[in-house]
Amino acid sequence: MNCDHSSQRIPRRELLREGVQLAAFFGVGGLVGFVAGKKGTAEQLVWQIDPYKCIACGNCATHCVLDPSAVKCVNSFPMCGYCDLCTGYFPPEPVALTTGAESQLCPTGAIIRKLVEEPYYEYTIDEELCISCGKCVIGCAAFGNASLYLQVRHDRCLNCHECSIAIACPSQAFVRVPASQPYLLKHKTKPSAPA
Amino acid sequence: MRLGTIQEIEQTATHAKGHALRVISMENREDIRSPQNKERQAVGFVWLTWSFVTSAIGPIVVMLALVHACAVFAVERFPPPDFTSHQLPETPQPAPPSPLWETLDTIFLFAALLLATYFALAKRSRNAIFILTGISLFWLGFHRQGCVCPIGAIQDVAQALCDPTHAVPWSIIVFFTLPLVFALFFGRVFCAAVCPLGAIQEIAAIRAQKLPGWLEHTLGLFPWIYLGLAVVYAATGTAYVICEYDPFVAFFRRTGATSMLIFGGALLAIGIFVGRPYCRFICPYGAILGLFSKLARWHVRIPPTECIRCRLCEDACPYGAIVAPVPPLPRSERARARRRLLFAMALLPVWVMLGAGLGYSLHPVMAQLDLQVRLARWIHSASIDPNNKFAVDAVTAFRNTGATEASLYDSAAERLRTFAIAGVGLGLWVGLVFGLKWIQLATRPSRQEYLPDPRRCVACGRCFWYCPEEQVRRGWMSEAEVAQLPRDRMNPSSSPSA
Repeated sequence: MNCDHSSQRIPRRELLREGVQLAAFFGVGGLVGFVAGKKGTAEQLVWQIDPYKCIACGNCATHCVLDPSAVKCVNSFPMCGYCDLCTGYFPPEPVALTTGAESQLCPTGAIIRKLVEEPYYEYTIDEELCISCGKCVIGCAAFGNASLYLQVRHDRCLNCHECSIAIACPSQAFVRVPASQPYLLKHKTKPSAPA
Repeated sequence: MRLGTIQEIEQTATHAKGHALRVISMENREDIRSPQNKERQAVGFVWLTWSFVTSAIGPIVVMLALVHACAVFAVERFPPPDFTSHQLPETPQPAPPSPLWETLDTIFLFAALLLATYFALAKRSRNAIFILTGISLFWLGFHRQGCVCPIGAIQDVAQALCDPTHAVPWSIIVFFTLPLVFALFFGRVFCAAVCPLGAIQEIAAIRAQKLPGWLEHTLGLFPWIYLGLAVVYAATGTAYVICEYDPFVAFFRRTGATSMLIFGGALLAIGIFVGRPYCRFICPYGAILGLFSKLARWHVRIPPTECIRCRLCEDACPYGAIVAPVPPLPRSERARARRRLLFAMALLPVWVMLGAGLGYSLHPVMAQLDLQVRLARWIHSASIDPNNKFAVDAVTAFRNTGATEASLYDSAAERLRTFAIAGVGLGLWVGLVFGLKWIQLATRPSRQEYLPDPRRCVACGRCFWYCPEEQVRRGWMSEAEVAQLPRDRMNPSSSPSA
């Protein structure tokens, strides 16, 4: 505190400062060393949707910082039934089973329907048009094989530190995955791990 | 068409509906373009509807239940066809951007910190610092869109400390560490010219006014409280509030939530008159840097040589960081000052206990940010407001998982217990912050020079130019001219104890 001899005060304060500085330096070092020493530090993490938790609520379309969203619909071709009456492509009571806009469920016409052989049609997603509203995902899951699902597309995703969609996701489906395996694809057999 | 598969389809009631639809639809499709078949089409649709109502009503009820029960689980209702000639396409998997960017960012950070240190401490050039600020704003802000930043990295480190499964990528660790280490030796050079959030406000601060001391001190408490909150929410794995409420990231991305754009815009507007409001009164990383900066041996000085107390720099700082010299206390008042300090120190445990109690009593409120806790409440109340789409969706998603309510209640109770600890911790911390602030206000270290307060000084370099000694160093004034300046113009009213 207030010492009478100002000539003595400076070195003492200086010593204290250096001591605390050293402590802070090693404190930060220890903290960082602990955090850096953990497994998995080498991997960059990216956001992805667990398709087995996602309920396609539509928040992906509205909450991404990007417009249109970085989330797009994808089709798992080994799971797809190649239905003529695809309930992901057509609304419940379609006007006609054609590719006309009035008979499509997708608001942007992002699903491409292509005849493979009677009566099988292949459905692919035009990602430029898809807005990840999830209408087709719900349709496919309701009456079909649930082969359509939503995924974060990493050519678009900004990989925000805190994903805006993850905050708004009601099903806790947004997870961080290693950048070397950035997709959580749906397969024919559901992974055994329970939700 | 392979009959085998069709027969398989027909085996179940569900598939009977699908088959009926398929037959109808193919019938319709053949004649869809001929006008006279409009009627047939209509009949077809009536039949279709009828077939829904009669033959498939049972399966539909079951299915509608299924829609909610297992909306997305792979239910193979239509076995995928075995194509002989058609090759199944691959689901496209575009790769994430190359990790090269992260490496470049860390190199940029290190180089910018070195340059900022050189410009602030050796070259003492406001212009150079400002140019570097612009470059950092362009690179880390607009080009790299504000991610990754050390402010947000606090949360990663906090979570990694408390969650054994959470690992932090090395680039984030570097971003967290480097500015701290630089602050420990050279002061807040990161704030000066590297941080994009600081940069955008630095440019906005055109008519910055001095704030009264009481306001400066009061608002200055908030970063510490915010730091505690952010650490608690990150450590419990609930949310990254710093990132969620980053006011300028929406500008950097030129897109974002309207509320955040308004918040950022308002901060910039305030920033015209109150310099760097985010850095001074919100930024938790700035608070840590300020404390570290207090320990720095080589900190920015206003005079390159010796302070002549001419008072020319007194109002130069837009951030209220320049503190006037304080004469030593007269002997008669020392006893009183000591008593005041002892009282403040004795009050510290009271503050801390008060904070802990308050934190504990508020922990259920804090836990409301946790989805698991909210979900348990919604499930338990059984009556969710249908307008609350998030709640409805969350309950649906929970039902989909097939997990039992009991397990949800267990995990929610576990979360609440975690939050009780976190609440007490946060309360202790906030109490400590208030108590230490009280102690700080009770101390009165004497100074003989005009100094930048290392905690508040962001090393922007505005004050250099005001100093006559600096003018001499640059060769703009002669020693003789400086010698004529009035010295020791100490103003008794400008004592910084306010």
